Amino acid sequence: MRIAAWATAAVLLPATLVAQENPHAFTGARILTITGGEIENGTLLVHRGKIAAVGSGIAIPPGAIVHDVAGRILMPGLVDTHSHVGQVAGADGSAPIQPEVRALDSINVRHAGIQKAQAGGITTANVMPGSGHLLSGQTVYLKLRDGSTVEELAIRLPDGAIAGGMKMANGTNSRKDPPFPGSRGKSAALVREQYVKAQEYCGKRNDPKIAADKRPARDLAMEGLCEVLSGRRVVHHHTHRHDDIVTVLRLAEEFGFRVVLHHVSEGWKVAEEIARAKVPASIIQIDSPGGKLEAVDLMFETGATLEKAGVLLAYHTDDPITDSRLFLRSAAIGVRAGLSRQTALAALTLNGARMLDLEPRIGSLEAGKDADFIVLDGDPLSVYTKVLETWVEGEKVFDRTDPLDHLFAVGGYGAGHDSIANEELEMEGSR
Amino acid sequence: MTTGKQTKRAFTLVAALATFATLAVTAVATPGAARAQSLAIRAGTVHTMAGPPIADGVIVIRDGRIESIGPSASTPVPAGFRLLTATVATPGLVDAHSVVGLAGYLNQPHDQDQLERSAPMQPQLRAIDAYNAQEPLVGWLRSFGVTTIHTGHGPGALVSGQTMIAKTRGSTVDEAVVQPLAMIASNLGPSALAEKEKSPGTRAKQMSLLRSALIRADEYRKKVTAAGAAEKPPRDLELEALASVLDGKTPLLVTVNRAQDILSALRLAAEFRIRVVLDGAAEAYLVLDEIRAAGVPVILHPSMARAFDERENLSFETASRLEAAGIPFALQSGYESYVPKTRVVLFEAGIAAANGLEFADALAAITLDAAKILGVADRVGSLERGKDGDVVLFDGDPFEYATHVTGVVIEGVVVSEASR
Repeated sequence: MRIAAWATAAVLLPATLVAQENPHAFTGARILTITGGEIENGTLLVHRGKIAAVGSGIAIPPGAIVHDVAGRILMPGLVDTHSHVGQVAGADGSAPIQPEVRALDSINVRHAGIQKAQAGGITTANVMPGSGHLLSGQTVYLKLRDGSTVEELAIRLPDGAIAGGMKMANGTNSRKDPPFPGSRGKSAALVREQYVKAQEYCGKRNDPKIAADKRPARDLAMEGLCEVLSGRRVVHHHTHRHDDIVTVLRLAEEFGFRVVLHHVSEGWKVAEEIARAKVPASIIQIDSPGGKLEAVDLMFETGATLEKAGVLLAYHTDDPITDSRLFLRSAAIGVRAGLSRQTALAALTLNGARMLDLEPRIGSLEAGKDADFIVLDGDPLSVYTKVLETWVEGEKVFDRTDPLDHLFAVGGYGAGHDSIANEELEMEGSR
Repeated sequence: MTTGKQTKRAFTLVAALATFATLAVTAVATPGAARAQSLAIRAGTVHTMAGPPIADGVIVIRDGRIESIGPSASTPVPAGFRLLTATVATPGLVDAHSVVGLAGYLNQPHDQDQLERSAPMQPQLRAIDAYNAQEPLVGWLRSFGVTTIHTGHGPGALVSGQTMIAKTRGSTVDEAVVQPLAMIASNLGPSALAEKEKSPGTRAKQMSLLRSALIRADEYRKKVTAAGAAEKPPRDLELEALASVLDGKTPLLVTVNRAQDILSALRLAAEFRIRVVLDGAAEAYLVLDEIRAAGVPVILHPSMARAFDERENLSFETASRLEAAGIPFALQSGYESYVPKTRVVLFEAGIAAANGLEFADALAAITLDAAKILGVADRVGSLERGKDGDVVLFDGDPFEYATHVTGVVIEGVVVSEASR
């Protein structure tokens, strides 16, 4: 929707301002709030980027712009806890652990993948570097707003810092020639070594008894790990095999860092251990087992097994491993294999928000939360359902009836080529 | 002593492992004709693909073949026949192009036989010499209703080898095979270029190599048929395989995605008057008129294939565009180098059905239309008297995400009863 937004800005600037000032009322839809049940013939009231009210029989304030969405489904914008859209990159090949590297310094917000994610109903994504390192860098939590810079998309913490986690991995992807580890034991040892070093560094940096000039010199890598050890930055840990999953739990316990397990292909084998550790799991839906040795025991039933064990569960796209436009499908296949509908919907929204520490702002349709929502033409877990509109903070970022948005939604000539967006912008005279 | 918690966990493990056990066991427990091959199926809706769906239909299979099919009121179940019931029944699914059985799920060098890189053209490589009937991915596809696969050498070389058609059963290739030589697999475009300093290094070189080989094969077959017995050229497996293409016996399966590569394949078909089947065809929507005029069928890429490189412009709607243009097409699981190691045509057809393709056309793309393109529609692809008793049972709309495959029957033998 980037281009349409630019065009609107150029021609209809006053109208855009009005749209921001006036409340928007979405009426007549079935609203899946996630936290407050499902509301038939409900109204969602949006004002200045926030949800002002949600429910049935809500008074529509004078001056509100009314959107009749009768027969449609409204639900929260989807939260993708693990995505690689935006041509993201992190650590280079020089070392296996690089906590100083930031994903935000690599992202191309004009990348077609971001517009396809909007088309899939994703409004928040944890955009991460890859899994070829034990620690490949700082991730960034993005709102998929229409914007020209990564700063415009980045989610801010209350102190103004850009929100994100820390990407780690174990198992086979991060095993290679030195200085990378050649075994699982070495992988864990290298990680422990850095966290031990960080414990000492962070302690000295923050110790009021040590004079400022005696404290260790600023070290970006150590600073990154300090944010992990303090709990400010959650570790997002790629892990597949049951023993690797348990290793993550062991390291998290030793150093007290907060962690979300990602992929978790063999999570069904250690569901009780994961539950006991109170560690959340963000899983991926892959249509067949194998393709790599760590995933030979992958099962559609993992979601249901983790749910039964009491593990906080989310799905993710791992885009481009699965397509952001088919994110709803991932949880629906989980339902096919025994997951409850309620958990499936939360696993696409609220549970992901909790894993990113963003639950107070996103993940459900509640008064006071960000007005991030999607309009669907049917049940979210049906193959036939389409995302019609995606709204982020009260702004429409995807509209299936818009020709360019439609191109990104279904594909076609130019859909894979992010530069088309730039060319369009030049034609609009906006750049 | 076992604690309650341990018991619970053991149960979870057993339940989970049962899925895999089912896949493994059915692979070895269905040795050809040694099992009962007679049974009947009654379903609320039977999609025969040979006419309108039958409400409350019955399919009677005797000795592996369909003996009768029709409304339950007029189609009695013979005494002593086992009766399976379902909400929906369809023909066994036909995966129009796969590499499963040559490509294994471990994705290690020892189980990847779909591509031999020692030379750009090796049409003599037979799929039957490489197919592993007990590969778990074969069982995986079977559990989702796929009963017939067209599999073999994959994309990645100018001519990678032969393909075959198999039923997803049996513990040996001989028990599985339907047609040992189905097509010769070739590939034009960037994914079949050789490494630096080797040929083919460009699209034009690919075509010149392929044309030269076909001309050599033409001369070879002329010598074989025309010359006296004493002057026959020595037997050449490579040229023999290409001669079979020139003779019109074996189609050339050409994997192409960019529009210009699709047109190259059509140019080749016209020059040598050979049967070409387009495979992949991501940009087919740009050259629909040309494909239709050439009378060439398309085995379209999986709907959910990743959109990058030469497939960056693929569209969920291409299947519906082909249908509207009147071009015969089928859907495939395709080749995947990573995860998922195979796709499942049932799921791919569902995405096509959600993007403009009518339900019946989407189902045909993985049953009868696929069987027609593969030349096996006399045996599979529809539920008709005399055809193989290959049936899939569902508990709802086959394409819905939350519907389950509840049974799979191959030639009257129940090969999967797990709810998948």
